[in-house]
Amino acid sequence: MIIVNSVSIKDLSVSFGSVSVLKDLNIEVADGEFLVLLGPSGCGKSTLLNCIAGLLDISEGQIFIKGKNVTWEEPKDRGIGMVFQSYALYPQMTVEKNLSFGLRVAGLAKAEIQQRIANAADILQLEPLLQRKPAALSGGQRQRVAIGRALVRDVDVFLFDEPLSNLDAKLRSELRVEIKRLHHKLANTMIYVTHDQIEALTLADRIAVMKGGLIQQLDEPLTIYNKPRNLFVASFIGSPAMNFLRGKLTEIDGAFSFTAADLTVSLAKYETQEKLTNERDVIFGFRPEHIAITDKPGQKGLSCEAVVDLDEPMGADSLVWLKVAGKPISVRVDSGRRYMPGEKVFLSFNPAMASLFDATTEERI
Amino acid sequence: MSATTRPNTIFKNLNAKVAAIPMIATVLVVFIGCTLWTVVLSFTSSRSLPELTFVGFDQYARLFTTPRWNISAINLGIFGIFTLVFSTVIGFILAALMDQKIRFEGAFRTVFLYPYALSFIVTGLVWQWILTPTFGIQRVVRDLGFETFTFSILNNQRYAIYAIVIAGLWHGTGLVMALMLAGLRGIDEDIWKASRVDGIPIWKTYLFIVIPMMRPVFITTIVLISTGIVRVYDLVVALTGGGPGNASEVPAKYVYEFMFRRANLGQGLAASTIMLTTVLIIVIPWALMEYRGGKQK
Amino acid sequence: MTAISTLPTEPRGKRPTRTFAPATIMIYGILLVAALYYILPLYVMIVTSLKGMPEIRLGNIFSTPVEITFQPWSTAWTSACTGLYCEGLKVGFWNSVKIMIPSVIVSILIASVNGYALANWRFKGSEIFFSILLFGAFIPYQVMLYPLVIITRELGIFGTLTGIIVIHTIFGMPILTLLFRNYFASLPTELFKAARVDGAGFWRIFFQIMVPLSAPIFVVAVIMQVTGIWNDFLFGVIFAGSKNVPMTVQLNNIVNSTQGVKEYNVNMAATILTGAVPLLVYFFSGKYFVRGIAAGAVKG
Repeated sequence: MIIVNSVSIKDLSVSFGSVSVLKDLNIEVADGEFLVLLGPSGCGKSTLLNCIAGLLDISEGQIFIKGKNVTWEEPKDRGIGMVFQSYALYPQMTVEKNLSFGLRVAGLAKAEIQQRIANAADILQLEPLLQRKPAALSGGQRQRVAIGRALVRDVDVFLFDEPLSNLDAKLRSELRVEIKRLHHKLANTMIYVTHDQIEALTLADRIAVMKGGLIQQLDEPLTIYNKPRNLFVASFIGSPAMNFLRGKLTEIDGAFSFTAADLTVSLAKYETQEKLTNERDVIFGFRPEHIAITDKPGQKGLSCEAVVDLDEPMGADSLVWLKVAGKPISVRVDSGRRYMPGEKVFLSFNPAMASLFDATTEERI
Repeated sequence: MSATTRPNTIFKNLNAKVAAIPMIATVLVVFIGCTLWTVVLSFTSSRSLPELTFVGFDQYARLFTTPRWNISAINLGIFGIFTLVFSTVIGFILAALMDQKIRFEGAFRTVFLYPYALSFIVTGLVWQWILTPTFGIQRVVRDLGFETFTFSILNNQRYAIYAIVIAGLWHGTGLVMALMLAGLRGIDEDIWKASRVDGIPIWKTYLFIVIPMMRPVFITTIVLISTGIVRVYDLVVALTGGGPGNASEVPAKYVYEFMFRRANLGQGLAASTIMLTTVLIIVIPWALMEYRGGKQK
Repeated sequence: MTAISTLPTEPRGKRPTRTFAPATIMIYGILLVAALYYILPLYVMIVTSLKGMPEIRLGNIFSTPVEITFQPWSTAWTSACTGLYCEGLKVGFWNSVKIMIPSVIVSILIASVNGYALANWRFKGSEIFFSILLFGAFIPYQVMLYPLVIITRELGIFGTLTGIIVIHTIFGMPILTLLFRNYFASLPTELFKAARVDGAGFWRIFFQIMVPLSAPIFVVAVIMQVTGIWNDFLFGVIFAGSKNVPMTVQLNNIVNSTQGVKEYNVNMAATILTGAVPLLVYFFSGKYFVRGIAAGAVKG
């Protein structure tokens, strides 16, 4: 079977002078997929998006869109639409003109233009706004017009460059839902750049976590969340952040445990037993919700005593800070019970949901 | 401040008021006082000394029947229109070219802008020398073999004012370029990206998107140039001295001559009031617009 | 998720760019022609000032000097005539220095304190006065000249150094005040509030908090005033008095009121000498000069 991927990026590198921004990237984006490029600022995610759009020249490699080699094509000929962080609406034109300008320049027939605008206006509920200018629109409305401008181009691939980061928190979560709904409705391929992990986790079919011009991990959101491939991905994803403890692996009768100071956790349930070796320096990572607080000691080898430092009630749940092996860790618990500073409690670990990283390579074991 | 038991509003924030005394004095005495004095006295028959014999609009009536004034006013119009149009157009084009990520941008900028650092006197004298028919451009072209070539605008009653336009453009276009370039750099880069994705050619992007977006920059620039134009004085003094004859006289020079040389104060004051009116016609709508724009934000 | 392998292998890598694309040639072409127009007068000034008079009469203004002579420069500096006197431009130069230095200091002192008061210590009416001050910057000087002559004469400072310094301070005030006010207003207000909570007063905050943070804007102000005052002609003619004639006025007299044979080389040497101060300021200050221009242009 031949699958023509919507966007494929092959051996892509970008460098400005001697500074290498993207290094030998390979990504295949399936038709109709929602791919999120996630990473801290300067990781190269926007550069990659601009390369796909054709707004930046690449140094090495190739880009295919719908099976067509577009490496040297102008943006307008690539079959893409793009939504920008600042929306980049043409301020002195009405919404309708904003939507139609590109089409008029391309010389489309009037009726066709009208039809496409009507269609986009219908999908995005823009009809009442068509005769207004961008200055008279709210942030969310501008956002919709910007999407509309991509929509009327009748393209296969939508590119989003941090489209929500200029908005306040409430509006952001509303529009996030709208974008997801739009994706379901249109079923286009969408590539979406953001530094907001919640956006990434909620929107994406797959997430590419980037750092230093390299893709750290490209997987489905839950895989990224639960099985981060390296320490960077583990610490970047998740809020509150994953807990990390440095320690050693110890083998007793073929059974491995993680030890750090006075703490010992049995790793019998950890997913990849075969890679564990004795005396290896490791980092033990576990998310705040993958550990439980109990009043009595739990199963031997999976439990330890800890002293409460403080708790932070956050409404639906609470975050309790404790000291384990001399290091502060956080635990997510039901907000029903408050914990007092100095209180002695027991923790029980769930190694099946934990992550082990090599202390030197920081790669997942 | 603390010495008074009952807070007195005059002594509140006293230091700031003391610091502002020079400004308050300048505003009240110079900008308001002197201007009013000039406007009021322009309705009197003052000659060598100011006097308070009011004669209505007599001075203005005389002004507009004086050929020298009318020449000055027309010259200002010619100089103004040419300077405004050319400096805006050339300044914008240069700025747009400079904005194409060119090499040696700093060097070009330095070259375009240095005349602005020079005084009008220096500017006028250099161009006087370059335009001198016997040694300047006319001579150079004739020496190249074009024996009948004439470019003696300095000696020509009809064209002398254009010599001032040429020198004025040399002096000020760099400034316009710098302002326009700052305006262009202020345009959101995403706009350019969006127009590229939309497939809009560069010249259309400039014409239909960027220039309309730069409206405030254009207006501010035009107001600045215009008020400078009305004031033009030193350049004329240095370049043509108002000559040949009165051919390149301008209002500011007329004012100076009648006030300080000819002891005909009433004429000078009336002429300067006309200058003031011209500036007000330019500045007030702009100020109102800026004010309203500022309020909207 | 594997892609097919029948995709074409080219194009790949960098988009091929022609180094000498027509558009590039046009851009640089226009810029170079424009640059030539701007450079030429400076070039003509320099070559003319280095030629002897016979060579000027024979050659053309663009030709490089066959025999370089610095005689015109020394003549311009020491013995060029302004109608009555033949003491050279040096007189005007030192007059301009005498006018410029105190004018720059006084005008910046007053405007900086004033801008600070307007930015941080607003009082009732301060904004109105400031608006009128800015508006005043647009009033043609000619409108205020005669009454100012009367006022300075009454004060006994007409035609004196003090007189011209006062005039420069007055007319430099709008733009300088704007410059300082906007700059001080752009500093974080927390800084000002914290200093007030700590008990510092008007002057202490100004000298110990604001001024140390404001070196760049003072540089901009100095550059603006040095070039502005050096280049002034109108005020110098009227207010400076015959003993303090500034360099621009003297230069104009040398070139435009000499009788008999014009010494073009001396004139050009004198012109360069007069333009040298602002030009040097410009070439060495670059960014600050542009910043001053921008500050002057972006009102409000």
